[in-house]
Amino acid sequence: MLVIRDLHASVGGTPILNGISLTVNAGEVHAIMGPNGSGKSTLAQVLAGHPAYEVTGGEVWYQGENLLEMAPEARAQQGVFLAFQYPVEIPGVTNAYFLRAAYNEIRRAKGVDEVDPMEFLDLVEEKLKLVDMDVSMMNRSVNMGFSGGEKKRNEILQMAVLEPTLAILDETDSGLDIDALRIVAGGVNALRKPTNATIVVTHYQRLLNYVVPDYVHVLAGGRIVKSGDKSLALELEARGYDWVLEAA
Amino acid sequence: MSTSVKTSVTPNDMTVYQAQATASAASGAPAPLKDLRSAGAAAFARLGFPSTRSEDWAYTNVSAIANTTFVAATDRAPDVLRSVQELEAFSFGSAWPMLVFLNGRFMPALSSHEALPDGVRVMPLAQAAIDEPELLHRYLGSTAPADRDGFTALNAAFAGEGALVCVSKEMVTEVPIHLVHLTTADGAGVMSHPRHLIIVERQAKASVIESYVSTADVTYFTNTVTEVVLEDGATLHHVRVQRESLSAFHVGTIEALQGRDSHFLQFSFQTGAQLSRSNVYTVLNGDGGGTTLNGLYMLDGTQHGDHQTRVEHVAPNCFSRELYKGLLDGQSHGVFNGKVYVHPEAQKTDGKQTNNTLLLSADAQIDTKPQLEIFADDVKCTHGATVGRMDETSLFYLKSRGVGSVLAKQLLMYAFAADAIETIENEAVKEELEKMTLVRFTGTATTK
Repeated sequence: MLVIRDLHASVGGTPILNGISLTVNAGEVHAIMGPNGSGKSTLAQVLAGHPAYEVTGGEVWYQGENLLEMAPEARAQQGVFLAFQYPVEIPGVTNAYFLRAAYNEIRRAKGVDEVDPMEFLDLVEEKLKLVDMDVSMMNRSVNMGFSGGEKKRNEILQMAVLEPTLAILDETDSGLDIDALRIVAGGVNALRKPTNATIVVTHYQRLLNYVVPDYVHVLAGGRIVKSGDKSLALELEARGYDWVLEAA
Repeated sequence: MSTSVKTSVTPNDMTVYQAQATASAASGAPAPLKDLRSAGAAAFARLGFPSTRSEDWAYTNVSAIANTTFVAATDRAPDVLRSVQELEAFSFGSAWPMLVFLNGRFMPALSSHEALPDGVRVMPLAQAAIDEPELLHRYLGSTAPADRDGFTALNAAFAGEGALVCVSKEMVTEVPIHLVHLTTADGAGVMSHPRHLIIVERQAKASVIESYVSTADVTYFTNTVTEVVLEDGATLHHVRVQRESLSAFHVGTIEALQGRDSHFLQFSFQTGAQLSRSNVYTVLNGDGGGTTLNGLYMLDGTQHGDHQTRVEHVAPNCFSRELYKGLLDGQSHGVFNGKVYVHPEAQKTDGKQTNNTLLLSADAQIDTKPQLEIFADDVKCTHGATVGRMDETSLFYLKSRGVGSVLAKQLLMYAFAADAIETIENEAVKEELEKMTLVRFTGTATTK
């Protein structure tokens, strides 16, 4: 589904990613771990197409297409979804309007009819249960006045509605208490299918107790320095990152 | 012997305006109006139109007005509205008491101000000059004296059209009084100088909306002055909607005098006119009063929109809040100049002023100048201005959800504006202005 080959990227002229190669197949969950500043979030942003990051080398193929040549909205319309570490607040635009606009843009891109507000509300009510959100949240401005946990749940709600093929969760666990973490993880798991894939970017192993990865990769200095299965995450939790970095 | 004439100092048509003003002052009118006209004509002869050499007009050149000759609305017979639908579009979907001015002339047939509760008096100014001469003698030209500046002087010289709104003590009315100024194709070449007088007596509460709208892209000149008197404990919610034709000239002045514990809440919405100037001035003259001046301007093409506010803290323990937001596209030019004066006696003043502008094109420009002058030593005042372009991260957030580039930008522009509109208390007005803003940016009318 996703093939990354020798990816290099920089921001403001500073290299952040220095040759990442990674293959993700349908049905798989990959965890990207690493210390602060290792390039984890940059990888997530580059895959979603953030304009602040400049790709300086390598290639990324998504479902046989050159992902790097696609605009961010085209990537989303083709099924790429990034759950933001810091979801953006948009005053004056309701959650319901925003989500329906996104949903319909994706449907339009697929050549399917748009849904009207009533149909959409039915669909959303189902998804709201998944992340334990009240329907009243739909009439509030996007992320305005939401708590940290509510913002993260709102990200997963968007994911549930948009049903991506490739979901990238960027530090979705940061700032969550254990109850919120369980709800968010439960939502992510409920959306897993044999036909889609998930990349979980995280600093801590905690989330991986709930969203169990097939592969764990350790990023350092903008490169993958070690890969393994879920036991690697447990080892990192127990021993920290230093031993991996030294070995690398 | 030949003499050279400096046309830059006295544009040719200044003399036309001067002659028109003098004629207006000499014509017959009830005493309160005649007095104001005389004062106005004399002041205009002395002041003329403001020049860009004056600090308050440094960014706004009004020679296009000075060099155009208009016919005074008061010199013309009233026009007739071709269809009532033309008016309905501007009524906020409500059946509020309304005074309608068509092409500068009061239209009794289109107005509905008879069925008002006791204690609320609303009437055209010409009628008030006959029925309420003492009230007018006392207040007309009091908060906005004829010699304030050239435009206010000119307005005084042509005094005749306008409204008196007077809410008696302790009368609380939630229903807004709507003053509608509509210009149609017949209004091409007309200048109008409406003067409104709003008096809210002690402990009373009132709401007034002024709309300046047009159904035709014609050139005309509106020069309006609203005088507001708020007695002790009075509250006024005031909204001014300026949606003049894009070929029009508009100068709008609001001057308020506030008593003890009074509250003045003013919102200025502007999308119209090729050249416009808005002045909102208030004097906090009594202990414990408050002022909230908010505004939203959205300009495009070659529009020029200038917004001036001045809050004078004369008495102690008063607060003032200001939030003006602007969205500038095309080659438009915005100006914001907000002044807060804190007099030596005005201790414990709490003032906050903000102007945020979003530039949507490379050629749009804003001159913004928040000013604080503080002569008391125990006050809390802040001011700030930001000028920016659209936030890349927000834009990316929307795009990353599949929302196309154009709609994403439109939504963010709307979001920027909505923040200011949300401060309007009247739900119908708020919703209508939100809808207008949304249509401006997204072409559809709902974010619900």
